[in-house]
Amino acid sequence: MSDIPIPYTVAARPDTGLNNGKIGIWLFLASEVMLFGALFATYILLRVGAPVWPHGREFLNIPLATTNTIVLISSSVTMVMAWYSLKMDQFNRFRLYLGLTILCGFGFMFIKYLEYSHKFELGLYPKTNTFLAIYFTMTALHGLHVVGGMCVNAYFWGPGAKLWKTDKEQFTNRVENSGLFWHFVDLVWIFLFPVLYLL
Amino acid sequence: MSDHAADLKKHVRAYILVFVTLMVLTLVTVAVSTLHLEVHEAIIIALVIATVKGSLVACYFMHLISERKLILWVMFLTVVFFLVLLAVPAFTVHDRIGA
Repeated sequence: MSDIPIPYTVAARPDTGLNNGKIGIWLFLASEVMLFGALFATYILLRVGAPVWPHGREFLNIPLATTNTIVLISSSVTMVMAWYSLKMDQFNRFRLYLGLTILCGFGFMFIKYLEYSHKFELGLYPKTNTFLAIYFTMTALHGLHVVGGMCVNAYFWGPGAKLWKTDKEQFTNRVENSGLFWHFVDLVWIFLFPVLYLL
Repeated sequence: MSDHAADLKKHVRAYILVFVTLMVLTLVTVAVSTLHLEVHEAIIIALVIATVKGSLVACYFMHLISERKLILWVMFLTVVFFLVLLAVPAFTVHDRIGA
């Protein structure tokens, strides 16, 4: 079977002015906005309808969550620096920055593990009350996104990096798209943090 | 986005500036939460700061500020639908079965 090249992986499509990967990831992110939007709307509905609503500090650990916010924001910087390194044709720096991004992801998930395990030790589960139900639902879905982003980044750090040798521009585009997803995950946390922990 | 090295170097300065701003705003958000403001005041301040932080991430880290119009329109429409979705609970205030 002959190899049929996938069109517009690097060159821009005449109709959109963008390569297919770029338009694809932005449309995917648009769907993700609506996914998390539905959960934020659910949170508002539950909170407005509840006779009493606890402050986040009654159940949650604000210092740990603040640390996680700092970790995730830092990972966004290292992610964008990984892409920038490829643009500057510095592959080793790319590996360093993307490696740091993945490590930040592990750091975030480890802190989340500490938070969750402490809650379970205290007998606090999603079934305990409405606040914890929405807390676990939103943070677990966000955590799954972090893990997904880490898997894609790990692929580009490892076996996926072979593409750099044959098509630098396409590889750079792929890393940019992976970065767009990672920044989106950071963006979601920027809203989750005050909504769940500080209000 | 321009591929020129000089332009890219400007980007790095912007990334560092945005990073510092995000850190400062994170600390401000936490500090404000310790002031024990009225709930509606606390919600407004926290969401305004989160919106500024989110906009910085989208504009600079995700390069929306220099992205093509097609992407901007897609995201503009998405934000409109997102806001409508958030407003849905408000409609339920006047929606009482049998009232």
